[in-house]
Amino acid sequence: MRDFSYLRANSIDAARQAAALPGAMLLAGGTTLIDLAKCGVTEPDTVVDITHLKGLDTVTVDDQGAMIGALARMSSVADDADIKSRFPAVSEALWQAASAQLRNMATIGGNLMQRTRCPYFRDPANFPACNKRSPGSGCSAIGGVTRGHAVLGTSEACIATYPGDLATALVAFDAIVHLGDRQIATDDFFLLPDATPDREHAIAPGEMITAIGIPASAAARRSTYLKVRDRQSYEFAAAGAAVGVEFEADGRTIKDLRVALGGVATKPWRARAVEEALKGKLLEPDTVRRASLLAIEGAVDHGANQYKIELAPRVVARAILKVGETA
Amino acid sequence: MTSKTPIHLDINGHRHELEVEPRVTLLDALRDHLGLTGTKKGCDHGQCGACTVHVDGQRVLACLTLAAQAEGRAVTTIEGLAEGDGTLHAVQAAFLEQDAFQCGYCTPGQIMSAVACIREGHAGSDDEIREYMAGNLCRCGAYPHIVAAVRQAALEVAS
Repeated sequence: MRDFSYLRANSIDAARQAAALPGAMLLAGGTTLIDLAKCGVTEPDTVVDITHLKGLDTVTVDDQGAMIGALARMSSVADDADIKSRFPAVSEALWQAASAQLRNMATIGGNLMQRTRCPYFRDPANFPACNKRSPGSGCSAIGGVTRGHAVLGTSEACIATYPGDLATALVAFDAIVHLGDRQIATDDFFLLPDATPDREHAIAPGEMITAIGIPASAAARRSTYLKVRDRQSYEFAAAGAAVGVEFEADGRTIKDLRVALGGVATKPWRARAVEEALKGKLLEPDTVRRASLLAIEGAVDHGANQYKIELAPRVVARAILKVGETA
Repeated sequence: MTSKTPIHLDINGHRHELEVEPRVTLLDALRDHLGLTGTKKGCDHGQCGACTVHVDGQRVLACLTLAAQAEGRAVTTIEGLAEGDGTLHAVQAAFLEQDAFQCGYCTPGQIMSAVACIREGHAGSDDEIREYMAGNLCRCGAYPHIVAAVRQAALEVAS
């Protein structure tokens, strides 16, 4: 790991100013930044430690929704009683991610800034070509081993999967990223690779995530995050689905439905076609399974990741049926 | 590019002064600068859990924590777990009793993780122990005995 200067920020403004300088990067839990610095993927000149800032780690929940401070740890949000009862999908996405140690370190703001786990991206010594790392250098994954790569939202420049679970739940429930005074929908915060896969987030130098807001909804209250993976624990999603449902007064007709996919796309993937197809319908297994196929409309495989195209709709259907059953 | 800077670390209740480059992790500071080699370096990328220590009572990975970030925090390592007279912590004793290791390399991390797992209230069943101990890999495959040791220690701590 190349050496860097270490600066401890004493205020949000000081952190923003320091991070705006070329070569500077914000350091929170460090679980992505220090790891990638060791891989030679990130080479900061200065790291600006924001973990000692006060007042950014609180979680407040009321009838309007949740407001989660950017420095709240994944573990504390996952265990928060109000998050569990009003946003179960958020809690479930968090505790099924990473390991207990990583969740104690990683912050909510940092979680949104985590980078892809594409093995070619992570290995510059052996794979110099990576459009995400070095724009214009090519993509080593296309034509390579693609079992973990994305089938949705890919481009000719990049097929790297967005790896996170939390953001999948956030996108499903229209969460808002607060960058100080500026607010942006989570769905717009994450960018498609297109021709510029090096640009992953709609955030500018000198901006800093300060909080995540999640509006309250009946669908969020009746929600789940279903994660299917190669190992039962401590593994990234082969496919994941954040789903929430609200029924009409009859308790069977779908009034509101939220569906987002993780582990299969280049960004957290809202599946609005599934939502629209099922609104007003009775929640019945055959109807749900048929509609869930719409989740992978436009999917393109690169060989070894073809299984995701079959897996993702099944995960979506199972999640909808599961959340529909529970009282 | 940068020079060594002096930092103070609070390790197992003792204050240490050392001069390190900013890039030095808490793990390397412990092992290479302070001679506390109980904390192990496995993958050095946050994947194996061998370097698990407690910072302000929370289990974290020393390999992904900069030593500078730990300044002003209370760090506990495996060396700080037993009592002053050498009496083992309940989790250490349970690991011995249940034969919860083979080569022993992952054991300090397993034990530090287990102590926190029990304190967090995540050792209520074997399934919960497996889930919340998943960040500690054991290449010898001593998992059934590790789960038994954590279960035993959790019962002892509760009683």
